[in-house]
Amino acid sequence: MTINRLILVAAAALLTFSQTAAADDTLTIGFTVSRTGKLNNDSIAQMRGFELWRDELNAKGGVAAGGKQYKVNFVSYDDESANARVQQLYTRIINQDKAQFLFSPYSSGLVATAAIVSEQYGRIMLTTGAAEEKTYKLGNKNLFQVYSSADLYLAGAIQAVKELNPKAEVALVYKDDPFSKAVLQSARKQVTEAGLKTALDEAYSPETTDFGPIINKVISAKADVLLGGGHYPDGATLARQLYDHKAGLKWVTLLVAPDSPNFATLGDAAVGVSVPSQWEPQVSFKPDFGPTAAEFTQRFQAKYGIEPGYHAAGGYAAGLLLQHAIEQAGTLDQVKVADILNKMDVTTMFGRTKFSTNPKEHGLQMGHEMVIAQWQKKDAKPVKEVIWPKTAKTSDILY
Amino acid sequence: MTGVIASIIDGVLVGAVYGLAAMGLTLIWGVMNVINLTHGAMIVLGMFALYFLASAVGLPPYGAVPVTIVIGFVVGVLVYWIAVHRVVGRAHLMSLLSTFSMNMVLIGLGTALFSTSPYNVPVPLPGVTWEGYTFTGTHIMAAILALLIAGLLYLLLYRTRVGKAIRAVADNREAAELNGIPTTQVLSFAFGLGAALASVSGTLIATLFPFTVLSGGAYELKSFVVTVLGGLGNPAGALMGGVALGLIEGIATPFMPVSWTPIIEFLLFIAVLILFPRGIFAFTRFS
Repeated sequence: MTINRLILVAAAALLTFSQTAAADDTLTIGFTVSRTGKLNNDSIAQMRGFELWRDELNAKGGVAAGGKQYKVNFVSYDDESANARVQQLYTRIINQDKAQFLFSPYSSGLVATAAIVSEQYGRIMLTTGAAEEKTYKLGNKNLFQVYSSADLYLAGAIQAVKELNPKAEVALVYKDDPFSKAVLQSARKQVTEAGLKTALDEAYSPETTDFGPIINKVISAKADVLLGGGHYPDGATLARQLYDHKAGLKWVTLLVAPDSPNFATLGDAAVGVSVPSQWEPQVSFKPDFGPTAAEFTQRFQAKYGIEPGYHAAGGYAAGLLLQHAIEQAGTLDQVKVADILNKMDVTTMFGRTKFSTNPKEHGLQMGHEMVIAQWQKKDAKPVKEVIWPKTAKTSDILY
Repeated sequence: MTGVIASIIDGVLVGAVYGLAAMGLTLIWGVMNVINLTHGAMIVLGMFALYFLASAVGLPPYGAVPVTIVIGFVVGVLVYWIAVHRVVGRAHLMSLLSTFSMNMVLIGLGTALFSTSPYNVPVPLPGVTWEGYTFTGTHIMAAILALLIAGLLYLLLYRTRVGKAIRAVADNREAAELNGIPTTQVLSFAFGLGAALASVSGTLIATLFPFTVLSGGAYELKSFVVTVLGGLGNPAGALMGGVALGLIEGIATPFMPVSWTPIIEFLLFIAVLILFPRGIFAFTRFS
């Protein structure tokens, strides 16, 4: 009996002390990562951006707010690229792990689910890796989008194609998921407005591994240009099979996939493929705070051994923006931090950031601009170059 | 029109590989009346075997084919003794549950080891171009190998003593036992054979497309459709069923959005189950 009592007392003491220790000097940020499932390539890149930010900040002592230093602590789980898990885990992160701020999962589909939970509990969530605008048009108060929204993704590519070949026949081949559909919905209109012909317009199931049938359709339609794709696995496969099938396209822009450094493993199949990018290591924004793009790239490379793509940069930027907002607010209070975020108009290594305060589309990113990167051959190896807009380019377009 | 023909040829090529995959499933089903739900895991085994043999050991991709047959066989026999031996002859539900759980274990192990990242084995093989459409060398090679292996299976089943024993056990296990055939060993051999077929089809699929630990599921599903088309326990029917499925996919895709193909496949599945319960190709059944 006495032993049991002693154990109970010890446990109670431990709990009390650990609670206070946790509450005082730490800032808990919660999010899920798709460590497994189809989104894991890009989601892990995003997570590395978060972690690099956290490690650098904690090395300096943490976030400074109201005279105190808070070390950043992450609470993160594997959402398995599944909506059901996102819902369960964000509820857990808010209720049990008591996270004070949230980062989003990766991909518009999962973020839409996470946003429902975060709004339900009134927690600030910085969304990165999420371009679909619908999520922000449902009447939220605490979402803040870091990426440019989906309707801008292919606008640059379409403009470029129009300049190169006003008579081009365009095939729109894309993944049947919220993000890709959102991008292509705008792209469809932009293609017609640019006066280009749409030769083919088809969505493929996210489970597709064999693009042969659809590529044959592209060939039958005699298309010159292909716009579309989805995320990494399908984009990479589509690119590889387009090359194998000698589809004869003069311009291929795929979403997301070609931005990952892993895309280089496709070798010759990668050359010529372009991607709308939220960010590239070569950009030369002058940041108001935080490192420059070059410094960030160098630190990321030192830590992880590969060059960062825009997913990692977006993750890092989300951290920087939250940090800045907390420092400016001088407190961890949700309302005051949200206030600062709403008023924010700053430039970081990621570019310009300004959130919309229009209640109909709160949090939508207004300031950020996209670039187009294309894989080209340098010294017989595929290398990513920025080709659009003309003001930011590092190399000429390969058509 | 050329588009449709190209699509059909492509479909038939891939269909041969589907047929090979289904042969493993239907063999096990026919011989011991067990629905092998580890089929998908065996396919994935073949895929990863190719990846590791090609990248780690540096084997040329098609050289991995015989190695995978052996690996698949060994793993199949192991799975038989762990999960199947005690449920052969019992209620179907038991063998379903048993192989289902084994599948979960195998896929879980795979996910823990390799995560669900996509793996890719580049196989540079020149293709055949016709009227602007290219039939990749890998597709052609895979179809040829699938037919070759199917031919070898036929020889095994009809020209060797082991094959005779397998057919005897498939026909009537008790009678075979009474005739002095060690039925348990034959069953484990047959299971290993079925797994080997699944694995080698996985290897061939891996030369065509990238894959992840979870890729086996989609092909397992196609194998079920093909097995039904061909008739349970009928390997020749399975090969023909696979080619037929590939053909149907090839004919359908030029005329409708690609996302409709699975709908057509499964409508066909249901139609065949109702109208031809013994399979469309039941006339090729062995006896």
